[in-house]
Amino acid sequence: MLVIRRDLVDAMVAHARRDHPDEACGVIAGPAGSDRPERFVPMTNAERSLTFYRFDSLEQLRVWREMDANDEVPVVIYHSHTATEAYPSRTDVSYASEPDAHYVLVSTRDPHEHELRSYRIVDGVVTEEPVEVVESYMFAHTGVDDVPDCR
Amino acid sequence: MAVTVSIPTILRTHTGGEKSVEASGTTLAELIDDLESRHSGLKDRLVKNGNLHRFVNVYVNDEDVRFAGGLTAPVNDGDNVTILPAVAGGMR
Repeated sequence: MLVIRRDLVDAMVAHARRDHPDEACGVIAGPAGSDRPERFVPMTNAERSLTFYRFDSLEQLRVWREMDANDEVPVVIYHSHTATEAYPSRTDVSYASEPDAHYVLVSTRDPHEHELRSYRIVDGVVTEEPVEVVESYMFAHTGVDDVPDCR
Repeated sequence: MAVTVSIPTILRTHTGGEKSVEASGTTLAELIDDLESRHSGLKDRLVKNGNLHRFVNVYVNDEDVRFAGGLTAPVNDGDNVTILPAVAGGMR
């Protein structure tokens, strides 16, 4: 399950809408071992493409060094699909290389209602997981009866 | 002196969990061969059909080697080489 603050969800959706119809991408860093996304880092899509994204390699080096220095990891790796559903494509799966990350997909194909879903991708196997949006991690719980509808 | 190579989490199974290892060579290709001789399996993750694998980014002193000659990029004693998984994908 991904437990994530509402402001971070809003930031991902805003980024995806802003870059539409290009695919948007980024990470949310969090303390190593915490599984708690905290620091929103929108990244440049070096491909500037409607159908593909790739982190700009030099920006990625800088951001990964920052995370290393802060003892952080990429808890969430997100990108948008602008014409298809929020489900990992074969390309997404082939590149997925962080078994501990939550891969979040935002679909902006509907101009009014976005779709946001989260996955684990380990050794080529995609497993969808529930997303719990919370106002603050202080009061977060992990009940299964509180899964958001992402509207 | 040698070249220091930073290994990403996903490849540390090949280095016994080490974050950083040393290797030597005058080009990136030689460096990777030297790495492979001590950390078996790494080369397959970095090189495909004689080119750098599209799933990884390799930097020599903060420069992306894709823009600096790829596997023929020169390396020198004291250089820092960083390997990161490329983060990419798309709807197709």
